[in-house]
Amino acid sequence: MLRLQNLKKQYKTGDLALKGVDLEVPDGQIMALIGPSGAGKSTLIRCINRLVEPTGGKVFLNELELSNLGAGALRRARRRMGMIFQEYALVERLSVMENVLSGRLGYVGFWRSYLRKYPQSDVDEAFRLLGRVGLDHMVDKRADELSGGQRQRVGICRALAQDPELLLVDEPTASLDPKTSRQIMRLICELCKERKLSAIINIHDVMLAQMFAERIVGLKLGEIVYDGPPDGLTSDVLTEIYGEEDWEATIRKVDEDENGESEGEADGHLAPILDRDRMAGAT
Amino acid sequence: MIWAGYLTVGMIFVYCWNLVSETTIWMFVWDAHNQAVDLGERMVPPKWDYMSKLWWPIWDTLNIATLGTVLALIMAVPVAFFAARNTTPSTVILRPIALFIIVASRSINSLIWALMLVTILGPGVFAGIIAIGLRSIGFCAKLLYEAIEEIDEQQVEAIRATGASGPQILVYGVVPQILPAFAGISVFRWDINIRESTVLGLVGAGGIGLQLNASITNLAWTQVSLILLVIIATVVLSEWVSAKVRHAII
Amino acid sequence: MTGIAYTPGRRWKKPPLITSPLLRWSLGLGIAVYLALALGTTEIDWGRVAEGIPRGLRFITGFFPPDFVTRWDEIFQGISESLWMTVISTVVGIALSIPIGLGAARNLAPRPVYYFCRAVLAVSRSFQEIIIAIFCVKLFGFGPFAGFVTLSFATIGFYGKLLAEDIEDMDPVQAEAVRATGAGWFQWLNYAVQPQVLPRMIGLGLYRLDINFRESAVVGIVGAGGIGATLNTAFDRYEFESAAAILLIIIAIVMAVEYTSSFVRKWVQ
Repeated sequence: MLRLQNLKKQYKTGDLALKGVDLEVPDGQIMALIGPSGAGKSTLIRCINRLVEPTGGKVFLNELELSNLGAGALRRARRRMGMIFQEYALVERLSVMENVLSGRLGYVGFWRSYLRKYPQSDVDEAFRLLGRVGLDHMVDKRADELSGGQRQRVGICRALAQDPELLLVDEPTASLDPKTSRQIMRLICELCKERKLSAIINIHDVMLAQMFAERIVGLKLGEIVYDGPPDGLTSDVLTEIYGEEDWEATIRKVDEDENGESEGEADGHLAPILDRDRMAGAT
Repeated sequence: MIWAGYLTVGMIFVYCWNLVSETTIWMFVWDAHNQAVDLGERMVPPKWDYMSKLWWPIWDTLNIATLGTVLALIMAVPVAFFAARNTTPSTVILRPIALFIIVASRSINSLIWALMLVTILGPGVFAGIIAIGLRSIGFCAKLLYEAIEEIDEQQVEAIRATGASGPQILVYGVVPQILPAFAGISVFRWDINIRESTVLGLVGAGGIGLQLNASITNLAWTQVSLILLVIIATVVLSEWVSAKVRHAII
Repeated sequence: MTGIAYTPGRRWKKPPLITSPLLRWSLGLGIAVYLALALGTTEIDWGRVAEGIPRGLRFITGFFPPDFVTRWDEIFQGISESLWMTVISTVVGIALSIPIGLGAARNLAPRPVYYFCRAVLAVSRSFQEIIIAIFCVKLFGFGPFAGFVTLSFATIGFYGKLLAEDIEDMDPVQAEAVRATGAGWFQWLNYAVQPQVLPRMIGLGLYRLDINFRESAVVGIVGAGGIGATLNTAFDRYEFESAAAILLIIIAIVMAVEYTSSFVRKWVQ
């Protein structure tokens, strides 16, 4: 379980990005964090694994307080939190396999990682994960040769290779087309279910958030303004979060999309992956 | 504004010109074309059979350039990491020191480095290698640290988020991103160093410059012209090699 | 867990950078053999090196503190000579390199002019400044005039080549547009070519000023004027304190020039 207590972040420029956030995410819950740009979504996620140092408040991961750990303990704590990034953040000049194995960096020593001599169990796990997301035929391709959706799959494998308890997901679909966005979100959620992970998914697409998350938290100017189930997102709530706009269209579209979802997915090389996804969903 | 600029440049120029012309013996200058014709006549034809004595100095020159570049790269890598804002362990102490090393190494010509090292280490190829090495640290480290500062921070952040240690972050997050720049810089500097090492012999630091110096002092102008041809050939060849390699990398 | 089949125990090795094993091994072997030969044929007289170490230490202690005073007159004379040489050779060199650079641009010059100008640039760039300086001293006698000619010639090679490349890379559409108005050749240069290449050229001119100063510090070694001669004498007489002072002055001036030029470049662009 992840618990944030009065989490605050003030940047050196004086901008107050988080104004004392209290939040609990129980094990196995998939939570979407929505809000306009600049609401502090990214900062919140990064304050949890301290890629950004919070300026006040506490973060607990299963009773371990993260906010005052020393460098070594922080590294060990980071292994327990996988992170998935907006622009994939793969090391572009390394191969797919090296990127996935880099998720194990917190577990292996320097020379092992430098010489790429990972334990066979790590390599097995990496192959299994790549097989699960349908990329096992691209193991030795360089990351910059992949398409956006493929890169994000590798990013997911890297996060899962850490064998985390919690996934921190930062705008996973922002650089993807709508269809790939769905596939990626579905993949993330399925994997979380399989491994009983909790996840904080920071996303600006309200529709996607409603489709995939069990719980939605709305953030506005560093404060939580909504915390509840996806169908509680009424037009009034969205206005509260994002400001005045005609929200009826957005809400209605979600329903339509849910019906029309499985259409037109027969094209090209993505089809087998989708079949696997369905298979996985069925088992 | 622009005209004021031109005017200042013009005035500085005239002033400097006067100072130089005071120390010049104009008689020699007006006689220069005769000297040039005379020298030209004495330089042709090049003394081709002198070539047999040049192979060894050419080999030395090549070694000075290559080993000097290798030495410089080995030393430039840590300096560059200390100098780059995003990888330096301390901005207060180490970064200024690294920057000073870069400036000092770059300000002093390799010939001056050689001059110093010949007095300290004695004449020979060894002094030349060290001189080229010391001169090239600044160049390589400067270009390398600029490359480090331009990397994509998100890739580094992602590696940090996995719980990697400092050295692991460098090896996985930073090094792959700067490797192409590193290769390009090495070849580029090697090409420059070939050119520089042809003259180090003038101050006794080995290579073909020794023969050039000796031939000039002995007024053996046909040997001089051959050496100059050899230098041109070497330089053109090294430029070709470096262009090929750089092309292959990019 | 999923039902996807995978084979446990599947090995993975980082794929090598060079795929062909023959090429990989021969390249590695070649490098090893070269290094062995190069290091093997490099004669290092360790006795002489050991002898030199105390001298090296003396040189380093010469920096704490450096001696500006004893030879101040010579140092001042040398530095100012270097500075004059730098300024006038940069100005003259750039002035001369403009016609040559224009001539060496393939899209401007007729073939014979192009080849002639390219040849001038190639000769100027192939030789180290110091070799040119030796000849200039032979032709013009000792003193800063020889240094001035040397540096101007070297500037032509550097600046002319970059100018020519810049002109070859410029946007042909703009150039066409101006030509279409019926402008004469010089008008065309002024309106179409100059605006496109000028900002970068000013920056490069300042960069060359910086290089010329550094080079002016060495041409003195062969008698072409400037601080180099003073430095050479200081080393010959083992006056390391004075040598340290000269080196520090050179570093300071280079830093100052570099700093100003980066400032001016920002201002121009």
